[in-house]
Amino acid sequence: MKGLGDIYATLGRTTLAVQLQYRAELVIWLLGLVLQPVIYLVVWTTVTRVQGGTVGGMTAGDFAAYYILYMVINHLTFTWIMFEFEFRVRNGSFSPLLLQPLHPIHRDIVDNIAYKALTLTLTVPVAFLLAWVFEPTFVWQRWSLIAFIPALALAFLLRFMVEWSLALAAFWTTRVTALNEIYMGLAFFLSGYMAPLELMPDWVQTVAAVFPFRWMVVFPVELLLGRLTPDQALYGFAAQIVWLGLAFALISLVWSRGAKRYAAVGS
Amino acid sequence: MSQDPAIQVQDLSKTYIVPVRQGGLGAAFKSLIHRQTRAVEAVKEINFAVAPGEIVGFLGPNGAGKTTTLKMLSGLLHPSGGQVQVLGHEPFRRQKAYLRQITLVMGNRNQLVWDIPVLDSFERNRAIYRLERAFYRDVVDELVDLLDLTALLDKPVRNLSLGERMKCEVAAALLHRPRILFLDEPTLGLDVTMQRRIRHFIAEYNRRYDAAVLLTSHYMADVEALCRRVVVIHHGQLLFDGLLEELVQRFSPHKTIAVELANGQTDLSAFGQVVESEEGRVTLRVPKDQTAQVAGRLLAELEVIDLTIEDPPVEEVIEQVFAQEKA
Repeated sequence: MKGLGDIYATLGRTTLAVQLQYRAELVIWLLGLVLQPVIYLVVWTTVTRVQGGTVGGMTAGDFAAYYILYMVINHLTFTWIMFEFEFRVRNGSFSPLLLQPLHPIHRDIVDNIAYKALTLTLTVPVAFLLAWVFEPTFVWQRWSLIAFIPALALAFLLRFMVEWSLALAAFWTTRVTALNEIYMGLAFFLSGYMAPLELMPDWVQTVAAVFPFRWMVVFPVELLLGRLTPDQALYGFAAQIVWLGLAFALISLVWSRGAKRYAAVGS
Repeated sequence: MSQDPAIQVQDLSKTYIVPVRQGGLGAAFKSLIHRQTRAVEAVKEINFAVAPGEIVGFLGPNGAGKTTTLKMLSGLLHPSGGQVQVLGHEPFRRQKAYLRQITLVMGNRNQLVWDIPVLDSFERNRAIYRLERAFYRDVVDELVDLLDLTALLDKPVRNLSLGERMKCEVAAALLHRPRILFLDEPTLGLDVTMQRRIRHFIAEYNRRYDAAVLLTSHYMADVEALCRRVVVIHHGQLLFDGLLEELVQRFSPHKTIAVELANGQTDLSAFGQVVESEEGRVTLRVPKDQTAQVAGRLLAELEVIDLTIEDPPVEEVIEQVFAQEKA
């Protein structure tokens, strides 16, 4: 463990140094990240006004709170691993990673965390700016604020593992963009991005409870907003743990088979 | 040789399944519906062994299967058939205990991170290979000294020249002091001075740590300077495994005779094939079994100042090896 801690610290430090060199790119990424929730925020705020103040029991202030927190949590949990995998397999840049005595997943986790640590310094001020403009109404609840912390950690890990395991498909198909599109579409719908899940028909909510998407993004948001009962929160944690177990199992099953197929093209 | 070989290869094969299709859009559409594939045998049942501390040149034209073999030996590729043992490990399992003892240098974009100083990339490898700090410092000092890296350490990699980058790549690949080095064209694209530097370094590393080295290179100077023994493959098959001088003996049916003549007479075509002729110095190519006889005649019939008999350059021999096989 001591060795792994040193690896994370050293890789994290150097990765941060790399990312600091691309400040312009960081800002552009961030714009993309902020833009979409802002659009939904504007749409839903307008809808509530037209509807006479509330939609499905949510006020404009509720929507603002929801989408601002969604933006932050989505930022903290998102990965770019599916694009990265395709690139690595297509041009052979996986080769040096495979020959180092470190599972490549560690390097990817470090990259992700280092990037988040850096970009959070921009995301948080943006969240405050949006709060100032859209006047969200937050209802804090002590137990669910505490529960939020492990829920966020599990959500990050779950999303990372699920996307890493799906990215392994690149070993078979080389291109995973199509798979990525399907995945994104489902996530868009079932993770409460398009609209809060409680506004969706019952059957969508049932489906969302079964799929992993809700548990890797919006669950911590719902906890922060105090919109869940203790029972619902327990169900959420259970779902996170079960899905995490499945993703681990899938990775350990598929990883060595996939790497066996790797053709190490190019270099 | 009583000790176990460092590398042991038995009937090693690799077959790639590749899609087949004609050029053009029509064929591309056709392949959507019916995909044809073809098996390409990149490496066919090759056998050889490398002893600890031995440097072996691995030769063959482009596409012969050299790189595929190196990839199988290092653990990147899974063999389709046969067995490989390196230091008692099966490479494709990529056990950490195995990976800590080997290195593969390919091209020049493996170990270093483009945007950060060289020393930071070294640091990353220190952590990944879990090297003790004292050991790491010693190794870095030694490599910096041997490869003359002092001025490069704090420069970002993207600001280095190709040669500088290659030196740093090699250093980064050796921080964990591997016992087996797989070097695929380590001097490619480098100027003569830098080639010589890398070459000296490989020899020195081999001497100091008794590391086994398997090296491919298109520069015969590399092979001649480093490898007593060569393994030649072509079309995935083993053509030759033995001492470099035996390769020359076996595959070159000719020797060259260089004569310097007192009276400047230059037409010696009656004695053999004239390769070069310039101001009284003539180089002849003669069949090997007639060398002594021709030399005797030259000495007897002409006024010779100097006469030397040599094997043809290795490049020429290798070229002949590949040409013979094709015919």
